Amino acid sequence: MLIRVSPSHPLTDNDVTDEKLFHQRRSFIRQGIYGGASLAMASYLPALASASIDRFADRISGAPTTMKVDEQVNKWEEITGYNNYYELGTSKDDPARLADALQPDPWSVTVSGECAKPGTLALDDLLDPMKLEQRIYRMRCVEAWSMVVPWVGFPLADLLKRFEPNGNAKYVAFETLYDKSNPLPGQRRRVLDWPYREGLRIDEAMHPLTMMAVGVYGKPLPNQNGAPLRLVVPWKYGFKGIKSIVSIRFTEKQPQTSWNMSAPGEYGFYSNVNPKVDHPRWSQAKERRIGEFLRRDTLMFNGYEDQVASLYSGMDLKKNY
Amino acid sequence: MLPATYIKPVLHLACAVPALMLAYGLYKGDLGFNPVETLTHQTGLWSLRLLLISLAMTPLRRMTARVEFIQQRRMFGLWAFFYACVHFTIYLLLDLSLDFSALWADIVKRPYITVGFIAFVLLLPLAFTSTLNARRRLGRKWNTLHKLVYAIGVTALLHFWWIQKADIREPLIYCLIFGALMLFRLPLRGRKR
Repeated sequence: MLIRVSPSHPLTDNDVTDEKLFHQRRSFIRQGIYGGASLAMASYLPALASASIDRFADRISGAPTTMKVDEQVNKWEEITGYNNYYELGTSKDDPARLADALQPDPWSVTVSGECAKPGTLALDDLLDPMKLEQRIYRMRCVEAWSMVVPWVGFPLADLLKRFEPNGNAKYVAFETLYDKSNPLPGQRRRVLDWPYREGLRIDEAMHPLTMMAVGVYGKPLPNQNGAPLRLVVPWKYGFKGIKSIVSIRFTEKQPQTSWNMSAPGEYGFYSNVNPKVDHPRWSQAKERRIGEFLRRDTLMFNGYEDQVASLYSGMDLKKNY
Repeated sequence: MLPATYIKPVLHLACAVPALMLAYGLYKGDLGFNPVETLTHQTGLWSLRLLLISLAMTPLRRMTARVEFIQQRRMFGLWAFFYACVHFTIYLLLDLSLDFSALWADIVKRPYITVGFIAFVLLLPLAFTSTLNARRRLGRKWNTLHKLVYAIGVTALLHFWWIQKADIREPLIYCLIFGALMLFRLPLRGRKR
């Protein structure tokens, strides 16, 4: 396996585009392209521009690749057409079909709990200082299928540090959007106890492999993939990668997580990919890579053992599944 | 109304349609992003559906007093067996790559596989004794033997229920249909006594 970690590139204030200019860049480009076009044409533009959060599209498409695996990357159609996102339905094609029900813009994230600088951030403010990069990761679902996905995002640690977590911050809890007065199609039934909840130990959250993704395949995340921002923890089962995050909370106690609440004997807090620890109902030794017919062997920590095994030294991984 | 001689061929064709569509979909690459999963789910579902259809023949005969329903029962049962065979073969071939020790481990360790396998094994004697010849030879024992279909129904439904992660709507519907088909049988049996 090939993993390249990019050296950090410290930026100075001189490198930062003036905020006003930055926010105007789309209209700037638009004026350049459509300057000579008719007014009628221009009237379509606001609708196009507000259709998704593509004001981040340039930054996402320009993100340099910093990590990859020597395996065939899955197709865009597979990654955006075969999803588990119960808020948008329980079958694999529901999320893509019902994607329009989710409104990722405007979006804000509330940060709370054990930190010096809690608050609510608009997505733009959250993303502006982050340096985006593309990382090609394996994604192993607990249902024994897998993909290779080119995510675009930033290390979660870079975001969390901005809020200055204090010494009591032993865990980080995340929540997905849940508007009781306007639930997503899948949230109208209590398949899970909404909102969807996930959590990481603080050292897992701060691990350089853990990322917050805002794009895939050089494009902003489609809604079915968890727009506008989602967690990616490549050595854990896919359900740990909570989508469409609205809340980040630093906690002292281990937070509750949705699948653990739903079936505690089947889905643990850790949920590290482990071919030797079976799901009570099925084996985790093998997986079907989407696009392949026969199953392949599942790798310890999904192939990231060298980087993450030390997080769990001395722990009984059978007990802490 | 269709002439009686056409009923059987038309029903056979109808039972073959899901298999033909799956084969065509596989050939066209049209079975979604996880074709093996689609094949497994669809063959399992059609096996269960045809099993329930075969179990609907007795209530239908009693409700309509038409013996034609019973004449089709074996055909539905055999088609249920056909889909179960394809379902099991896909699992053995594409999930387990013909690893029989893995098959045994699954049967012993995984309750949903255990009950699914039981359902499949119980189908075998019914399929093999489905001929008129076997029926004559077995006499009254044939009826007793073929009561196994109720155990097959229960184990097949458990198999379906236990593989669900959280959303149990679909297996619930099948269980309700099975329950209804069983209830249809109860009062009439009481009346006979």
